Amino acid sequence: MKEELFVSGRNIPNIDPYLNIWHWQIPLYLFLGGLAAGVLFFAGYFVVRGKEKKMQATVKWAPIIAPIALVLGLGALFWDLKHKLYFWQLYTTIRLESPMGWGAWTLMIITPISFVWVASYMKEIFPWWDWKFKFLDKFEAFVIKYRVYLAWVMMIYSIILGVYTGILLSAFNARPLWNTSILGPLFLVSGFSTGLAATIWISKDEKERKILSRIDLIFIFVELFLIVHLFMGFLAGSETAIEAARLFLGGQFTVSFWVFVVLLGLIFPATLETLELWGYHVPKWLPSALILFGGFMFRFIMVEAGQITRYLY
Amino acid sequence: MRYAMAIDTKKCVGCGDCVVACQTENNVPHGYCRDWIVERVDGTYPSLDLEFRSERCNHCDNSPCVRCCPTGASHIEDGGIVLVEHNKCIGCGACIQSCPYDARYSHPEGYVDKCTFCIHRVKKGQNPACVEVCPTKCLHFGDLDDPNSDVSLAIKDRKWKVLAPEAGTKPQLYFLT
Repeated sequence: MKEELFVSGRNIPNIDPYLNIWHWQIPLYLFLGGLAAGVLFFAGYFVVRGKEKKMQATVKWAPIIAPIALVLGLGALFWDLKHKLYFWQLYTTIRLESPMGWGAWTLMIITPISFVWVASYMKEIFPWWDWKFKFLDKFEAFVIKYRVYLAWVMMIYSIILGVYTGILLSAFNARPLWNTSILGPLFLVSGFSTGLAATIWISKDEKERKILSRIDLIFIFVELFLIVHLFMGFLAGSETAIEAARLFLGGQFTVSFWVFVVLLGLIFPATLETLELWGYHVPKWLPSALILFGGFMFRFIMVEAGQITRYLY
Repeated sequence: MRYAMAIDTKKCVGCGDCVVACQTENNVPHGYCRDWIVERVDGTYPSLDLEFRSERCNHCDNSPCVRCCPTGASHIEDGGIVLVEHNKCIGCGACIQSCPYDARYSHPEGYVDKCTFCIHRVKKGQNPACVEVCPTKCLHFGDLDDPNSDVSLAIKDRKWKVLAPEAGTKPQLYFLT
């Protein structure tokens, strides 16, 4: 038997009896970041591949979500800061060792890119659009001329953003549930899958939806594979890692994780998408809504559960 | 220079003087603490092992809190003391997440706060407040690089352990067992 108690008393808000310093804002921020990364990646991808005409919603319409998601995500992050008026300190230092530091800089780059991308399609989306200033018209023409290069930069930064949403957590050695290198690719794949889901929801073109659904199925499959890999890694790890995995294998997060994330967020929408590809009628919004819901739950549960796990000494 | 602390778990009686001294010395807000005492009971009756540990920030050599801080507010001062610069801290909580010892807290004013080894006293050649008041003299503080310092002498001929060595943080609190 082993028992530990604080003799002196210790009841620090958000830390005792278990760490809970990050609430809903951080998972929401990670979700919106992953969603924007997914939307932007595929917008860039189809432009680079020269499929702009075929994939109108992916390239033109869905990217409108990205700047909105990024700004809302940054808003949630700002809301979470306890020393809000000092937030600018993030941008007076460059700290490559800090994932949060380079995440801040990545967002600093990809947010304006997403705005420029959407702006370059404004006249196509809204024919009555007028920039009012000549220099803006010139800038728009410049962006349109070099859009393929912008697409490349956007793709690279959306991968960095997607990976970052996972690495932000995995860099914390002190939280065994997060401290695994699988989290980077897992969050990337999950983010891309939510981005695809949002695009499928928006698209009205049957052919485009089919192409996106096929890609999404691959991403869901990879995500499931990585989740299995995650747990195998934990169970083959140290006692702290096994303890972390137990939260999901019989512990308090078992039902929420396997039902909301894996079953309703991955397997069920994947089945619906497959049925749709086979020609069965499925409500258009349902698989997308489930994937988005599952993506958010995944981040919410991972952030909540990770904070409970710790070193045992 | 490498400041460190040794805690004699055989001598500590868990009176809590160190906790109160720290709260008074450092104006720690009500309901918070920078140091605390853990009582650990190990074994099965009647063969039980009891240990009192006065814990605080471990001022790790390989400090994850300093590494993950996005603004550089968490930094290592001369002598290896880990500090937080209040005017640079944005209160993002990354350092709190990264600390395996849960030694940091979010001060009600927003910035992150924790044990400083009473650097303001150490600079004047004094001991940290907790060390100063300990009635059983179970806390030893000093420079590990100086073989004659209180802490070097304390760990010289005794068995000691550090907390969560597997975290790889190279903590500088030595618990004499």
